[in-house]
Amino acid sequence: MIAARILPCLDVKDGRVVKGVRFQGLYDAGDPAERAAAYEAQGADELVILDVSATTEGRKTAAETVRRVREVLSIPLTVGGGVRSVEDAGRLLDAGADKVAVNTAAVQDPAVISAIAQRFGRQCAILALDAAAREGGWEVVVSSGRQRTGRDAIAWAREAVARGAGEIVLTSWDRDGTRLGYDLDLLRAASSAVPVPIVASGGADSAEHLLQGLRAGADAVLAASIFHYGETTVGEVKAYLAAHGIEVRR
Amino acid sequence: MSTPDVAVVETGVANLASVLAAWRRLGIAARRVLDPDEVRRADRVELPGVGAFGAAMDRLRSTGLDEALAGRVREGRPTLAICVGLQVLCDASEESPGIAGLGLVPGTVRRFPDRVRVPQFGWNRVEAPPGGPLESGWAYYANSYRLADPPPGWGAAITDHGGPFVAALWRGDVLACQFHPELSGAWGLAMLSRWMRGGLAGGAP
Repeated sequence: MIAARILPCLDVKDGRVVKGVRFQGLYDAGDPAERAAAYEAQGADELVILDVSATTEGRKTAAETVRRVREVLSIPLTVGGGVRSVEDAGRLLDAGADKVAVNTAAVQDPAVISAIAQRFGRQCAILALDAAAREGGWEVVVSSGRQRTGRDAIAWAREAVARGAGEIVLTSWDRDGTRLGYDLDLLRAASSAVPVPIVASGGADSAEHLLQGLRAGADAVLAASIFHYGETTVGEVKAYLAAHGIEVRR
Repeated sequence: MSTPDVAVVETGVANLASVLAAWRRLGIAARRVLDPDEVRRADRVELPGVGAFGAAMDRLRSTGLDEALAGRVREGRPTLAICVGLQVLCDASEESPGIAGLGLVPGTVRRFPDRVRVPQFGWNRVEAPPGGPLESGWAYYANSYRLADPPPGWGAAITDHGGPFVAALWRGDVLACQFHPELSGAWGLAMLSRWMRGGLAGGAP
């Protein structure tokens, strides 16, 4: 049986890890390749790199970061942030990404998803979907949450899958950064609406939150801060999940 | 020939960065090849995963790589096929109706049943019989289609996603994996390393 996946996420800017440095400073602007190797050693099932650079120069640095991480990483690598075209995706895949996540650009032009899936295969075409709750459901938000689109998040998930998205990284914009746990209703709605795997994201602060996400229908759980702060390790989280009846790779 | 090397078939649609990085981590020289004669001559050849079945077969036929690879597999020479690389060895696939595979492995590749997540993305078991080229363990898969039944005449490792299916096949020094050893952590690197050593032992003149 396929195992539930634990995906640490590195927010990277200018070649350094930037998430998780504000509070305890345990990994003050850590080196992405060092963090990647450490997470693999802890038992991470995949790694996600989110490029949070805002500039063209930053994007070039991101490809170099992917290249350095690939040299040390023997597990799958998903890269997202600022991917606008099939050419952007190709550059990241050439640098060593296995999957490329598209967010705002896909909402603006859904053909980007189809193009990436056709050119590189649907196993490379990941939809990053940011959703915010509204009356009776969720709507898609873009541009790092600054812009609400009015578009139904579940309908968008269905369309993206029909266009070739092979997996969805589903972030609750209401929960992101709150440490209150995932939006479980959102996970239930999305995982029953589409056949592809759902990666839960946004709000996890404990192993219990990850367990809740998996029980709500997520196939994988993404978390950044709980691992960056050194409060727990991937291995400890997996032991907890296994003790609660979730199949994990150990 | 002091240092062993591996010729990685450049299919034009596969992303090779992860495949080549894995060989570098093992200290093994990997070179990209596209010429069928080079594929015939090379000591060890890897055919990496290449997207859709039909596109992969088109590419192999139009370049003449189909015959070069088929010859190696028939002779049991060191050849490693990954993901769709395993599938194109079979007769056909539901993914691309009407397009013939290489026909070296009897059977048709079919889609996973609707009751499970498709694509299968993630880590699943490899249950291997003792004495074969694989050790049982966890490997990373990314596929929507699979060969359900172990074919006669081939050794096989099995796994399960909505029912049993073939995780890997071997015969002579040919090894075909539905999973991605280059993305399967330490277990995958050990498998690649073992295949290189096995190829050395079995293929030396």
